[in-house]
Amino acid sequence: MFEYAPAPESVRPPIKEHYGLFIGGEFTDAEDGAVFKSVNPSTEEALFTVAEAGEADVAKAVAAARQAQETVWGPMSGAERGKYLFRIARLLQERAREFAVAESMDNGKPIKETRDFDVPTAAQHFFYHAGWADKLAYAGLGADPRPLGVVGQVIPWNFPLLMLAWKIAPALACGNTVVLKPAETTPLTALMFAELCQEADLPPGVVNILPGAGAAGAAVVNSAVDKVAFTGSTAVGRAIAKAVAGSRKKVTLELGGKAANIVFDDAPIDQAVEGVVNGIFFNQGHVCCAGSRLLVQESVADDVLARLKARVETLRVGDPLDKNTDIGAINSAEQLARIRALAETGAGEGADVWQPACDLPERGFWFRPTVFTGVQQSMRIAQEEIFGPVLSVLTFRTPDEAIAKANNTPYGLSAGVWTEKGSKILWAAERLRAGVVWANTFNQFDAASPFGGLKESGYGREGGRQGLEAYLDV
Amino acid sequence: MGSILSGAEAASLVRALPGVDAVGLEARAAGLSTRSVKTTSKAHAIDLAISMIDLTTLEGADTPGKVRSLAAKAIRPDGDAPATAAVCVYPSMVAAAKEALAGSGVKVASVATGFPAGQVPLDVRLADTEAAVRAGADEIDMVINRGAFLAGDLERVFHEIKAVKAAAGDARLKVILETGELATYDAVRRASWLAMYAGADFIKTSTGKVGVNATLPVTLLMMQAVRDYRALTGVQVGVKPAGGIRNTKDAIKYLVTVNETLGDDWLSNEWFRFGASSLLNDLLMQRQKLKTGRYSGPDYVTVD
Repeated sequence: MFEYAPAPESVRPPIKEHYGLFIGGEFTDAEDGAVFKSVNPSTEEALFTVAEAGEADVAKAVAAARQAQETVWGPMSGAERGKYLFRIARLLQERAREFAVAESMDNGKPIKETRDFDVPTAAQHFFYHAGWADKLAYAGLGADPRPLGVVGQVIPWNFPLLMLAWKIAPALACGNTVVLKPAETTPLTALMFAELCQEADLPPGVVNILPGAGAAGAAVVNSAVDKVAFTGSTAVGRAIAKAVAGSRKKVTLELGGKAANIVFDDAPIDQAVEGVVNGIFFNQGHVCCAGSRLLVQESVADDVLARLKARVETLRVGDPLDKNTDIGAINSAEQLARIRALAETGAGEGADVWQPACDLPERGFWFRPTVFTGVQQSMRIAQEEIFGPVLSVLTFRTPDEAIAKANNTPYGLSAGVWTEKGSKILWAAERLRAGVVWANTFNQFDAASPFGGLKESGYGREGGRQGLEAYLDV
Repeated sequence: MGSILSGAEAASLVRALPGVDAVGLEARAAGLSTRSVKTTSKAHAIDLAISMIDLTTLEGADTPGKVRSLAAKAIRPDGDAPATAAVCVYPSMVAAAKEALAGSGVKVASVATGFPAGQVPLDVRLADTEAAVRAGADEIDMVINRGAFLAGDLERVFHEIKAVKAAAGDARLKVILETGELATYDAVRRASWLAMYAGADFIKTSTGKVGVNATLPVTLLMMQAVRDYRALTGVQVGVKPAGGIRNTKDAIKYLVTVNETLGDDWLSNEWFRFGASSLLNDLLMQRQKLKTGRYSGPDYVTVD
């Protein structure tokens, strides 16, 4: 066998022992002195300590953001704002490798993905929105669209830097200032981004970063912000919608999903298998738009499954900093427990479980790539978002049945269609109730392409011209 | 082994193959290209790649002297480096190659069938093949009739390959699809299967004589074809990318692709070959670098 020797990434980012909250352009500790630890999920070792924001800190950050918005950032011309955003984008590119390694260490995802996807795409979002900053009048949202003011943003742990970019880049381009809370388990790249804002000479208060857990998020939502943008679970999204109901705060939510990846019998099978693998095992399946349900036409199901298993056997699970690792660590012990519990219900409800024979490291949070076959619509693993490397395989007989099963979920974030027949792609895309429908590909993202959900997957769009609407008073 | 299918059956099976999504195929090849092969695995890959080379000279100016020089290099490329798999020459040079390689274990491969265009009558192509085998060729690299393939006459292509296979006798038959002229991935998949149904022992990408030669996506597609063909028929067929693979980095990408698409069963020169000439010296330079820790230069490997 041709074994690959370890190929560890050699760059080590300058991670500090302790980080403060980033308020008004300065790092400062929490008013009540609270701190928490961030852990490397692939080793369970603590990486650094960080101040935990409380209500007083949130109020301070919102006040700083308000002042910056009213005195500096709001009055500034779009062209000037664009210059800052271009500068941030370029700095992100210059520091790409440091950010990629830091993200991998704090999150557990493989360096291959942070290097080739997370960081470049984050930089792309800043470049893209820098270009919009002085062209907002041409976005089709009115002659002179105004910013909303101060935006509170709460982001998840699955793509820490990229979700930050999705949130901060359009907000800033549109003239808003932000108070952003990164996820409790992955604050590192947000704090490095704060340092980068200092280096870019971004006016103090334009970007404020407040690490913390759910309580800090709730404090941001309930503070004197003009808008709340949230990406995360549907349960929390629902709580946020309730909290802001009746207030003048605007809100956009990007929530969970249980996407169907539909493989018709006339699909390009080898590429469809690649797409299915990418759809569910990309980022350990910690993707809200993951293709967690494979709907395969019964007539080709055996062939597709045999190829899928052979392909999954070649996935390399292990050290996230090894350049050849395909699947890294699960982000936290809590998430691992959730995945395990749901996977157990799959076996309990009669689905057949299959996992490749791969070794897992002894320390850290790991879960083997898992394929459930013989899954029925009524089973929990076909309905609930697992948010892990677990694929549920269902079959269908006719195109109508495929659409009916695909749409039979409270979610509506994404879907995939695999067929060589163009007319069938259009037919399916018209009928699928999902914010994004990928045809003969999956998990493709671009700053110019709006992303968002239907039904319980949320509302509002991020990216593209449409995404600007979420940060403008139109 | 001879085909049990009729031309009409083979043609209809080949036409019914599923399509290839070009974007997805190229994305997969690009993904495989990002594997990082270092230290011990790189040393292993370099020696494996050397042992898989069909060291090739296919020029009008080829002489017995040139062939002897190449043969000596093939047998003992550099120090303790392994020998290459074969030396690949025109039919008129087979005798010289056979003599120079006698007893070495390095095979003599001969292009035949009116290489590279194949635009000569079938009886001439068959006579070309027979002459090469008579002169001692262990392996025959034939070209398919691209004109007939593109005109849709798959049956004719099938029968011609079968006829060459019969003419080649015990020599292993490599069927060159000339993928650069077939142009689409769908056509490459069909041609691969047609060649295998007709009895090919190897399917080979290119002659090296047209603008587009071996590419990683095309070779990946052909690997998927031999994998699926064995699953269907139990018969294993080899793959040979040729033309355009000039350095170690590229060769390793191909080996990674064999490793993750076909696995162990194809990871030897019995089932995978590189058709190349300048690749060998780059592999040898990288080999020296791994051994000594210093980069050598072109003056530290032989010009043959």
